[in-house]
Amino acid sequence: MKTEDEIDERSIILRCQKGDKQSYGRLVEKYMKRAYFTALGLVGVHEGALDLSQEAFVRAYRSINMLDADRKFFTWYYQILRNLCFNYLRDTARHARPFSDIGDNQVDNIIDSSQDSSLQVEQNELKEAVWNAIDTLKPHEREIIMLKDFQEMSYKEIAESMDCPIGTVMSRLFTARKALKNKLESYFND
Amino acid sequence: MTDQDQTYNRERFYQLLMGAVDHELTSNEFNEFNHLVDNNPEFRKELEQYKKLKEVTQAMKFKSPPKEVWDNYWMNTYNKIERGIAWIIFSIGAIILITYGLFKAVEAIIADPQLEGIIKIGIIAILLGLVILLVSVVREKLFVRKSDPYKEIQR
Repeated sequence: MKTEDEIDERSIILRCQKGDKQSYGRLVEKYMKRAYFTALGLVGVHEGALDLSQEAFVRAYRSINMLDADRKFFTWYYQILRNLCFNYLRDTARHARPFSDIGDNQVDNIIDSSQDSSLQVEQNELKEAVWNAIDTLKPHEREIIMLKDFQEMSYKEIAESMDCPIGTVMSRLFTARKALKNKLESYFND
Repeated sequence: MTDQDQTYNRERFYQLLMGAVDHELTSNEFNEFNHLVDNNPEFRKELEQYKKLKEVTQAMKFKSPPKEVWDNYWMNTYNKIERGIAWIIFSIGAIILITYGLFKAVEAIIADPQLEGIIKIGIIAILLGLVILLVSVVREKLFVRKSDPYKEIQR
């Protein structure tokens, strides 16, 4: 059973396939933030993420007739975006800024908001350590963590986006999280 | 519990671990996983570590760019789409004019009685070579486009 949002998206896609650019604008505005932050998670550079996410929308528009209207736009779009991002990483040999520079460090929100200064120091250390650890992950490991924990996508959505079975998503996620946990050993193995 | 059972339990624990952390297990899997964890403190410890890790990563967000970025996002994308179309039209026009110009040039060279035969052959050979190179490149691009699953991506 399709939700109202999915039905609406289907009709927008069909209009785009007839060349309606304004309908495509609605799709872009719906997904631009998600697209930008996904690209940022992969390439780590604001300008690059902005340019790549827009370029992926341009390419998606050119190929919109190849999209099955029953499919979710973003999972299809993501395949274009991720390839652009991986090409960018390969071509630029990653001159990205450290993730600690582009992160908002909202980890504050999940730790007790006590004013204890030693706890604050510990929190800041943890934030820095997590961003640095994410920064040193392999691109494919970082990608799956971004999709699951930052974009909060379900396994099904990730599987569709990455064009692989759910079992593969789970095993890749385990490998990525294990690598991350190992890098943060002193924080998580106590 | 035999070594074989322990190995099986460990494998099963790791198969279900991510699903448990992300709340993506079916009810049967969830019960099976809880049974494994209840009977092994090591598994429980590991589960807690992954839950804590997820709690931290899930709470981390990127800094949002200025509002103007979002305000101009679609307009910039639209401009890129429009420019892409403009480039295609421009290229088609240029190809037509260049082809016509080359055709006329070859025609004039052949018709010119003052030009030596060897020079005519040389010029025609250069132009013919250029055409063959162009056709070859176009054919290769089309072939790659048909067989490449990542054809949306510029190489």
